[in-house]
Amino acid sequence: MLTALITFGLLATVIGLVLGYVAIRFRVDSDPVVDQIDALLPQTQCGQCTYAGCRPYAEAMAAGEADINQCPPGGESTILALADLLGKDPKPLNPEHGEHSIKTVVVIDEQVCIGCTLCIQACPVDAILGAAKQMHTVISSECTGCNLCIPPCPVECIHVIPVKTTTRNWSWPKPDVSTPGVITHE
Amino acid sequence: MSDSGNSFKRPRGTSFDHLHSFHGGLQLPGHRQVTAATPIAAAGIPPLLVLPLQQHIGEPAECLVKPGDYVCKGQLLATAPAAFSVPIHASSSGTVIAVEERPVPHPSGLPANCVVIETDGKDSYPQTAGSAIDYTQMEPASLCEHIRQAGIVGLGGAGFPTQIKLCNRKQKIELLLINAVECEPYISCDNRLLQERAAEVVEGVRIMRHGVQPDACIIAIEDHMPEAEQALRAALQAVNESGITVTRVPDIYPSGGERQLIKVLTGREVPSQGYPADIGIICQNVGTAASVYNAIVKRQPLLSRIVTVTGEGITHPQNFDTLLGTPVSHLIAAAGGYTEDIERLLIGGPMMGYAVQTDSVPIIKTTNCVLAVTREEMPAPPVALPCIRCGKCTDVCPADLLPQQLYWFARSSNYDAAQDYKLFDCIECGCCAYVCPSHIPLVQYYRHAKTEIWSQEVQKKAADIARSRHESRQLRQARIKQQREERMAQKKQALSSDGGSKDAKKAVIQAALDRVKQKKEQTDSAPKNTDNLTPEQQQLIDAADRRRQQTQTGSNTTD
Repeated sequence: MLTALITFGLLATVIGLVLGYVAIRFRVDSDPVVDQIDALLPQTQCGQCTYAGCRPYAEAMAAGEADINQCPPGGESTILALADLLGKDPKPLNPEHGEHSIKTVVVIDEQVCIGCTLCIQACPVDAILGAAKQMHTVISSECTGCNLCIPPCPVECIHVIPVKTTTRNWSWPKPDVSTPGVITHE
Repeated sequence: MSDSGNSFKRPRGTSFDHLHSFHGGLQLPGHRQVTAATPIAAAGIPPLLVLPLQQHIGEPAECLVKPGDYVCKGQLLATAPAAFSVPIHASSSGTVIAVEERPVPHPSGLPANCVVIETDGKDSYPQTAGSAIDYTQMEPASLCEHIRQAGIVGLGGAGFPTQIKLCNRKQKIELLLINAVECEPYISCDNRLLQERAAEVVEGVRIMRHGVQPDACIIAIEDHMPEAEQALRAALQAVNESGITVTRVPDIYPSGGERQLIKVLTGREVPSQGYPADIGIICQNVGTAASVYNAIVKRQPLLSRIVTVTGEGITHPQNFDTLLGTPVSHLIAAAGGYTEDIERLLIGGPMMGYAVQTDSVPIIKTTNCVLAVTREEMPAPPVALPCIRCGKCTDVCPADLLPQQLYWFARSSNYDAAQDYKLFDCIECGCCAYVCPSHIPLVQYYRHAKTEIWSQEVQKKAADIARSRHESRQLRQARIKQQREERMAQKKQALSSDGGSKDAKKAVIQAALDRVKQKKEQTDSAPKNTDNLTPEQQQLIDAADRRRQQTQTGSNTTD
């Protein structure tokens, strides 16, 4: 009887120590689900989902406050990926938040720009270069196409242009899938 | 297709007993008799040369010339900006008339940046062409540098920069494999090259062998090329070369595929998504060997290649020694023009080639064949019917994949699953689509899935960059905010510690006002670079000032 008590007592102590150490050593600071959701979002930081950026939207989704169909830049593929990750049913994009469109970037008409820096303050990814009373320009490779710089511009010198399809980013078109893919037994 | 369903069984007791075989494959009608028996003709100098800046896999070359420049034959037009890129040279002398987007041979039909040269017909070389190099005295590294500077890429079709294959490796290379297995129907440019220029090819192979230092070296040719084999053996004998073996492989499509050829000759498999160098093998095309000879012995960069111009839609099908940048229309004219019933124009062979909408596209480093087909020769594919799960595609797949599974996943955009089923090991040979009784455009599904996966990867990378830029911006904003708060707190404390007397407060305010005044006097806010302005520039400046004033007054009134 005593042996059993001592054995289990020791066992409990050892396991408790190991678990305690592991809890400290391998502590996870941020919620891994938020990171996983954030990794699927397009990082446009446009705020069309009504949250202040992609990460806040991811946090809201993880907390169950936001739905998975609020991201127009991500479109269907993002919704499918989110549904897969969160074990929810995919649903169409909520039109309240906007429509999925082709990828765009903005350009600044440098002749019209007055150098007010308002767009620089609005850009969530620091993709606009310039200083007060100096000409501004968009670093197009860094532009996410969020269009947040457009409303603050006092002279309407920022224009949206679609990203050009070239031989380097072109995709083979998908064959016609209107016909059934396989003979089915009915 | 009648009996192509099963993996091709070679009759026992033939001369191929010592070889291995790969899974699947097809025996296809050759259609090469005419072009393989007709000597290579010179295509001549076209009035315009259109040289795309990207003729290879990797980064496009960076243009060095501008419209109006006179260029000599062999002059550098564009340099390689990265290791995974090659330079482009002027293939004849003339004047650069444009650097602009032009139609290029690409399945998208989209234009790309090209250097356009109006030739002067002199074909003049620069003064300093350089003399032949004795490669046997050269370090392999400097040999590679010469090959890189000559702009040589794999001429078999993929356009992989040759120096990367020859140099960047960690393993010891056991086998240098020279691929003359022209397995795709209609194409005979390598066959004719061997028949007419075997000595150059052999010399090129010896140069590459010097660079690679392999244990063995094999030139593989297909069974249907007895003349080429004869020429090759004669050339080897003429230089007393016993270290290079010539091996015939059976006529099974796609035995000329790098992985399939390695399997046939060595019985070994290149690892999934790996390179032949991973198992100690380097595979190079014969045309590449000939251009290495040109680069090292003749000191001439890659300026021309042999192109098969063929099909029922061509009056006199033939191989042409063609300057890079020659428009396809020029080659067609040299081959006697189109026949009346031409239906489609393809770049590459009937199995792996793609249709182009215009014959103004130029010949580039990777163009091995221009195929003009008639309706009877290559009827338009009938409407695709549902898959009946017959499994013929699986039987013929030379990469030993499951084409049917890949089709489901590509069709349903389930790209993760497609990758699990080794989509990227598909060589797009077209065997599966060829035997499909439902005429499903299988290869197009795979190509679509591959390019979609690539573009998703690009988007993912861009998103990662955007995330880190957004995060660092937020950190910066938080830091600035904190610093400002600290400053405010300090000031508040300084004011309250003075005992709160009115005079002390006033003194601080006065000091602050003085500082602002001083700063204003110091900073020179006048615009810079305003000397010697043209009236137009002054007008623009005035207009900008007016807009600035308007917005300021506007925002004041709205306040």
